[in-house]
Amino acid sequence: MKYLMKAYWWKLLTVILLIYTVIGGFLMPAPRLPILNETIRILHFHVPMWFGMIIMFLVSVFYAIKYLSTKNLMYDLYAEQLVNIGVMFGVLGIVSGMIWAKFTWGESWSNDPKQNASAVALLIYFALIILRESLQDDHQKARLGAVYNIFAFAVLIPLLFVLPRMTDSLHPGNGGNPAFGQYDLDSDLRMVFYPAVLGWTFLGFWMATLKIRAARLQKHLDYE
Amino acid sequence: MNKIVKLLFLLFFVGLQLIARSQSQIEMADDFRGEGKIYVVIMVVLLLLGGIFFTLFRFDRRLSQLEKQMGEEK
Repeated sequence: MKYLMKAYWWKLLTVILLIYTVIGGFLMPAPRLPILNETIRILHFHVPMWFGMIIMFLVSVFYAIKYLSTKNLMYDLYAEQLVNIGVMFGVLGIVSGMIWAKFTWGESWSNDPKQNASAVALLIYFALIILRESLQDDHQKARLGAVYNIFAFAVLIPLLFVLPRMTDSLHPGNGGNPAFGQYDLDSDLRMVFYPAVLGWTFLGFWMATLKIRAARLQKHLDYE
Repeated sequence: MNKIVKLLFLLFFVGLQLIARSQSQIEMADDFRGEGKIYVVIMVVLLLLGGIFFTLFRFDRRLSQLEKQMGEEK
């Protein structure tokens, strides 16, 4: 994080990757699949939201643990802002998923196990943000937030990656549906999809570093 | 007997053709692309993306300036 906050090149990389995602995502050949038709291209926009969210939450947990072992409030700031941006990505993921589902599964919310589980996961993270806001003392906020953060991530993984696979889900790769590997095998999609994941995730980190730097400046002012 | 076998063969090949045709006839936005309207969509999305990047870079620069000022004051 410290390196990302100082370095500049990855921001330009973000710009290039996302421009490539838009141009490639709309223009590159995509497999002709029934039901999905042209909407398969949403893959480059909906799925990276979730990848980005998971990566940001994972890094956030890393800094939560680091805070607990060092009691340095700077690490807490990293953890806090990464969760904030991660939740934003999650909300965008769920809403974009609902729009996609409306046109392919027939209903925007069909109580699909993965939809329900991701909604529960987001509620857990909303609770983390509310918990933090309800506390006054910075260290108390950081300590409780860090412990909650670790548990929230520990629940997130089974919610998103284990439970939906144990029943039937409309999402690919879950239940009786064909695996995610099916798109993966399509090299046309893969050529855009991986850069898209990288680009959107970097965009999330960029936003998080801006918020961290602004919050750090505000703390300087508060102490004066 | 021979007739039945012939009929079965016929049905089998007609079925195969139907499946093949339904797969090649999956509706995609080919006309839309052919008319070049997809470029309008791309232009609009790129413009919006450019606006977001512009704003982010401006925030970034402003924050760097403030950080510099803070550093000098201390």
